[in-house]
Amino acid sequence: MAKKLLLDKAHVEGIRHYDVYRREGGYRSVEKALKMQPADIVEEVKKSGLRGRGGAGFPTGMKWSFLAKPEGVARYLVCNADESEPGTFKDRYLMEFIPHLLIEGMIVSSFALGSNTSYIYIRGEYDWITDILEEAIAEAKQNGWLGKNIQGSGFDCEMYVQRGAGAYICGEETALIESLEGKRGNPRIKPPFPAIKGLYDCPTVVNNVETLAAIVPIMNEGAEAYAAIGVGKSTGTKLISACGNINKPGIYEIDMTISVEEFIYSDEYCGGIPNGKKLKACIPGGSSVPILPANLLLTTAKGEKRLMNYESLSDGGFATGSMMGSGGFIVLDEDQCVVRHTYTLARFYRHESCGQCSPCREGTGWMEKILLNIEQGKGQMSDIDLLWDIQRKIEGNTICPLGDAAAWPVAAAIRHFRDEFEWHVLNPEKCLKENFGLRHYADPIHVPA
Amino acid sequence: MAEEVKKETPAAFKVTIDNITIDVAPGTTILNAARSIGGDVAPPAMCYYSKLEGSGGKCRTCLVEVAAGSTADPRPMPKLVASCRTTVMDGMIVKNITSEKVTDARNGVVEFLLINHPLDCPICDQAGECHLQDLGYEHGKEGTRYQFARRTFKREDIGPYIQLHMTRCILCYRCTYVADQITNKRVHGIVDRGDHAAISTYISRAVDNDFSGNMIDVCPVGALTDRTFRFKNRVWFTKPVDAHRDCENPECCGKATLWLRGEEVFRVTARKDQWGEVQSFDGKPGWICNTCRFDKKETKDWTIEGQTLVARHSVIGANKYKKLEMPAETIKEVMNGRDPKLMMNIHNVSEVNNPNIQLSEIEGPAHSEDFNRSAEHVAGEGESTQWGMKK
Ligand SMILES: Cc1cc2nc3c(=O)[nH]c(=O)nc-3n(C[C@H](O)[C@H](O)[C@H](O)COP(=O)(O)O)c2cc1C
Ligand code: SF4
Ligand code: SF4
Ligand code: FES
Repeated sequence: MAKKLLLDKAHVEGIRHYDVYRREGGYRSVEKALKMQPADIVEEVKKSGLRGRGGAGFPTGMKWSFLAKPEGVARYLVCNADESEPGTFKDRYLMEFIPHLLIEGMIVSSFALGSNTSYIYIRGEYDWITDILEEAIAEAKQNGWLGKNIQGSGFDCEMYVQRGAGAYICGEETALIESLEGKRGNPRIKPPFPAIKGLYDCPTVVNNVETLAAIVPIMNEGAEAYAAIGVGKSTGTKLISACGNINKPGIYEIDMTISVEEFIYSDEYCGGIPNGKKLKACIPGGSSVPILPANLLLTTAKGEKRLMNYESLSDGGFATGSMMGSGGFIVLDEDQCVVRHTYTLARFYRHESCGQCSPCREGTGWMEKILLNIEQGKGQMSDIDLLWDIQRKIEGNTICPLGDAAAWPVAAAIRHFRDEFEWHVLNPEKCLKENFGLRHYADPIHVPA
Repeated sequence: MAEEVKKETPAAFKVTIDNITIDVAPGTTILNAARSIGGDVAPPAMCYYSKLEGSGGKCRTCLVEVAAGSTADPRPMPKLVASCRTTVMDGMIVKNITSEKVTDARNGVVEFLLINHPLDCPICDQAGECHLQDLGYEHGKEGTRYQFARRTFKREDIGPYIQLHMTRCILCYRCTYVADQITNKRVHGIVDRGDHAAISTYISRAVDNDFSGNMIDVCPVGALTDRTFRFKNRVWFTKPVDAHRDCENPECCGKATLWLRGEEVFRVTARKDQWGEVQSFDGKPGWICNTCRFDKKETKDWTIEGQTLVARHSVIGANKYKKLEMPAETIKEVMNGRDPKLMMNIHNVSEVNNPNIQLSEIEGPAHSEDFNRSAEHVAGEGESTQWGMKK
């Protein structure tokens, strides 16, 4: 059983409340941090090797060290709790069950960064979690962990929760900042980056919920101990939200040394695929990352076992690999239709594009329409190449990565499952009849023994 | 302090765009550096507008390749960048028309901009001075790969002077910047998102402001048109003249272009520069007020300065100038002396717009008799070339 750093205490009765949380050792990291120099905390985080858990995997310590510190200008810490990526639901779990862990991590981070006002920007649909967080913040304040002169240290920090209004794009950090300022959530054109000019034009750090929560074990256990868990540049533990055709969907805290195969088939994690079905494909890191067929998922192109970590999941680049992303692990069994699935994703991205830049605004809608045609047996062979060309012209040519996120799933589906697209074109009758019943129609891909 | 900065940053940055090297001030964008070279080296810009703060970065037509970031860090940039929002570095090497990647991406952007465009140029008031037309002409394909119903919106009058054809809008956001920065109250903006985003006003609010008319001038397409000019004339039949008046409004520059036919002022616009932007006077953008634009429609209201130089290579320039230097005709040559069969100049066969009528040769405003003469197609009155212009 892997060591749990985040969810270890998540199921202790009453842990949602301050008294229990404190009794279980909560807020020790703040006590420790307040005795340190902020710059030393940043060093610790650097040494821990912690990488951002929001999707891009950018080293957190490095991000913190980029924060500009002009004299007399406020700095802000913003927690990105917008969690709207299809397949990703780990932050929600953490905030719902052990809200004080996030708040504790944010207090330490606010102190390290010099933020006297910190925000949690939460997905609008998580309204009940907003209440949970606000209650926890009030408790923390009552007990002197927030507010003026925290624990007599002279450090002041207020914390606020802001609800979004139902837009995936507001998870992109600059769109989030715009939205937090009360404006339309359009991503900003970078540079300048938030570390220089973010919220209210002040230097700002935006971090994911899980990233900020991980600061607590890093402070408590020490950077070296944290870095000793995991492998290579994938240190510490990672929350994976697993869903799709598996026996035990849910949130798993893994150390990043286990293999994908173990994760899917072992009883400790997903517990295999229901009804004795075979694994066909998987999206290992949330809807934006490339889908992989079973053989490439379980072993890399080099023939090595693929592991559940940043390096191994991206081994082979997009040609034969994928990405860790935000840890939304979506499993498709042999009965699932990749075209239908890709259409669903394309529909999502079309709906969520902010519409600022032409390739994303127009291209996402176009891809959706073509995919629907193919899915309904109205497609032509040339449509497959057209799709490829459209995604190619979106990727890399947009303001924010949503354009790429919309292009990658389509590219990967065509790259690895072209014959399935062709099957739809060649068998219009069949795919109309059988597709909607979600019945088996394509040869499942052989799973290596 | 200022001294120190000077020592570190050279007074000018050297930047090479399409193999042409120039010096520009630090902080200049690639687009503006390219514009200072001019010609084809300047990338097309559909959303950037130098007089509107914060504009640009959206349409992606101005994407360029940065082959070397700077002398200090000569690595190429991994992605194409929006030249309108990327500042130059000393020693930067940029490829615009010399980059295949750029041409490919730009063709893609133009295709994206056109898939949902109604292509109703024949009935659009903007035709002839539309940047999307120019862009489509240069980068568009002759056919479309889009087989679906195009997105449509209802036409909407946003106030007494402006009509919004949302179907033609390319969401460049320029009009919202005008409303934010030039008018004193913005009552319109972008609602909804993605490909269903639209320009709209707050319910039942009209755009009613002394400077709202400038939104028409910044709109690169025919999405915002002048209701007082709608369907009155094609822009290329009217004769543009520069004129000014003493405007009571202190914010109004009072310098405009009148678009005339006979003594009739068909429309009044701000003066445009070669990039299609409102000209600056004494370093200030020459925005005009709604009184000048919509109410002063008689020549006696204005002091006419002379013919406007239409710098853009669009059809509005047709017939307006004499002594144009035409390039040597090569088509006949490569076709062994034969005339091309399918190529003709529409003006040569047009009943209404005879190239032999040189608007520039007519004293003062052109009258309807001048145009009527075109029907006669007077032979021998100045020989026209293949392209309808005198050599
Ligand atoms: C379209 C889009 C949506 C995103 N949504 C989220 C999100 O819901 N939560 C999140 O933490 N990061 C999200 N991100 C990533 C953020 O922009 C940012 O990289 C992240 O919050 C940084 O935190 P980290 O360094 O801790 O990972 C999104 C990015 C994009 C482009
Ligand atoms: S890529 Fe899409 S979501 Fe991102 S800024 Fe452009 S239009 Fe908006
Ligand atoms: S109405 Fe015109 S100016 Fe306004 S966003 Fe649309 S295209 Fe741009
Ligand atoms: S002009 Fe640069 S992106 Fe539109």
